[in-house]
Amino acid sequence: MNRMLQTKIGSLKLPNPVMTASGTFGYGKEYEDFVNIHRLGAIIVKGISLNPRPGNPPPRIVETACGMLNAIGLQNVGVARFLEEKLPYLRNMNCRVIVNILGDSVEEYCSIVERLSDKEGIHAIELNISCPNVKKGGVAFGTNSSTANELVSRVRKKTTLPLIVKLSPNVTDVTEMARAVEDGGADAVSLINTLTGMAVDIYKKAPVLANIVGGLSGPAIKPVALRMVWQVADAVAIPVIGIGGICKWQDAVEFILAGACAIQVGTANFVNPKTCDEIINGIEEYLASNNYGSIREIIGLAKKE
Amino acid sequence: MNNMFQKEATVVKKEQLGPQIHRLTFSAYEIARRAKPGQFVMLRAAQGLDPLLRRPFSIHQVTENGTLQILFKIVGRGTQYLASLSVGDIIDIVGPLGNSFTTGASGGHCLIGGGMGVAPMLFLAKEMIQSNRPIELKVLLGAQTKDEIVSLLLNFSELGVEVLHATDDGSSGHHGFVTELMEPALLKSTEKVWNIHCCGPQPMLKQVAAICEKKRWNCWVSMETMMACGIGACLGCTIRGADASLMPSSTNYLHVCKDGPVFSAVDIQW
Repeated sequence: MNRMLQTKIGSLKLPNPVMTASGTFGYGKEYEDFVNIHRLGAIIVKGISLNPRPGNPPPRIVETACGMLNAIGLQNVGVARFLEEKLPYLRNMNCRVIVNILGDSVEEYCSIVERLSDKEGIHAIELNISCPNVKKGGVAFGTNSSTANELVSRVRKKTTLPLIVKLSPNVTDVTEMARAVEDGGADAVSLINTLTGMAVDIYKKAPVLANIVGGLSGPAIKPVALRMVWQVADAVAIPVIGIGGICKWQDAVEFILAGACAIQVGTANFVNPKTCDEIINGIEEYLASNNYGSIREIIGLAKKE
Repeated sequence: MNNMFQKEATVVKKEQLGPQIHRLTFSAYEIARRAKPGQFVMLRAAQGLDPLLRRPFSIHQVTENGTLQILFKIVGRGTQYLASLSVGDIIDIVGPLGNSFTTGASGGHCLIGGGMGVAPMLFLAKEMIQSNRPIELKVLLGAQTKDEIVSLLLNFSELGVEVLHATDDGSSGHHGFVTELMEPALLKSTEKVWNIHCCGPQPMLKQVAAICEKKRWNCWVSMETMMACGIGACLGCTIRGADASLMPSSTNYLHVCKDGPVFSAVDIQW
């Protein structure tokens, strides 16, 4: 692997800045026929809760203009089955694994972290405080800066693993949230999670999604995500990971120039399973053809005069 | 070894089988040679990113030289785009996906296709005939009107299989629903054990399942939902499993892409 793509998130060294966003890549194995998964910067697995969750009733997804709405509702196997059934495969594949976690209470987040922290093959934790699709918890921590600060401080004490906090765009001031979690001890922030939205079926005269509202993702949200990454990169000293509508290498480079030190690919994995591979190649060619020796030279470059 | 593939497939043939009904043939060797009846493919149905998501299609037929067919009716922007493709155009295809129909059960086999649900039935009928087992095989097809079904009837009769059909407007075959053909067709046979394989609109599947339950026939249904990935990652293509109807508070969710698309009818909450 070419060293020019190496990047760092706190103490976590990645061979390249391209990761799969939580909830869009399963637990990795789902994509093994399409992607060289050991080549990815990291895999961020489907959000894990303390106990298994069944998720929301159907319909859960609907396509929208240049995007989609989802209300999966955090269906997942729970931390015990993740460790037993999913992690060994990723460990064997030599992947860098970031575990996205979620809970209804500070205690739940803490006990998940305790169970993950000493396990071989887990390289970082991403706190999901921004899922719009569950009634309690999740986003409750993501829209109040003092609650978020408290959660991160408490989780911080439980682990020495790099701690990434995934931020919601559904707030008045995303920089306030970013500063609050930085102050709480986060090693990095990732943004944005989905934007809350909905769709109405004009023939049934009812919301399309059983959950009524869902999270909007896909290329439709990229400009919003880019703007928030730009603002947060100015507001905090910790690394910023860009997420939101990234479908091709040019999108990824935009986020990096706006201040992201790494990026996550989400919905595009559904559309083209090879997206991450193509983005890794594209960034490398972009750096080489513009005579940059390292990706670090272009992080936030659009901000400099 | 890979079981699923993402390929740039070339359109090698396009046919219009009726008003708004099209059949496309692609060269997609790796996918075609592994495909089993009931499995599906996900196609990019746009040149750019809008419409964004892939579209799932049942595999209609495959050939030994590595071509694969889909059958569809134009219902939206994605199918409109597919219908506009020309021979020689390239399309991004992922497959083969999902499980397949159970073909080995003893007793007679009855294939029921409603609307575009006829698509996987041609593949299934061929497979059953080529297996050379001495089984009784019947095909029942339903459509809105004669124009939608006449070419497809020919494809089945070329196989030498007995086909009965119904149209909503009575322009061809039985005037009414295809489900009304089931009991008359199957009860007159000396065969007493029946395996029903069906694909079509949800109300039709529900009715077929109800008849099968009453008659104690085995019933397999191919389900359709909105889908984003087709490979078990997004968890968007959820349907309710049967246990949930026994205990309304529980949630037995199934996913059409991985647990299906073919389910035993008794496993579904209708």
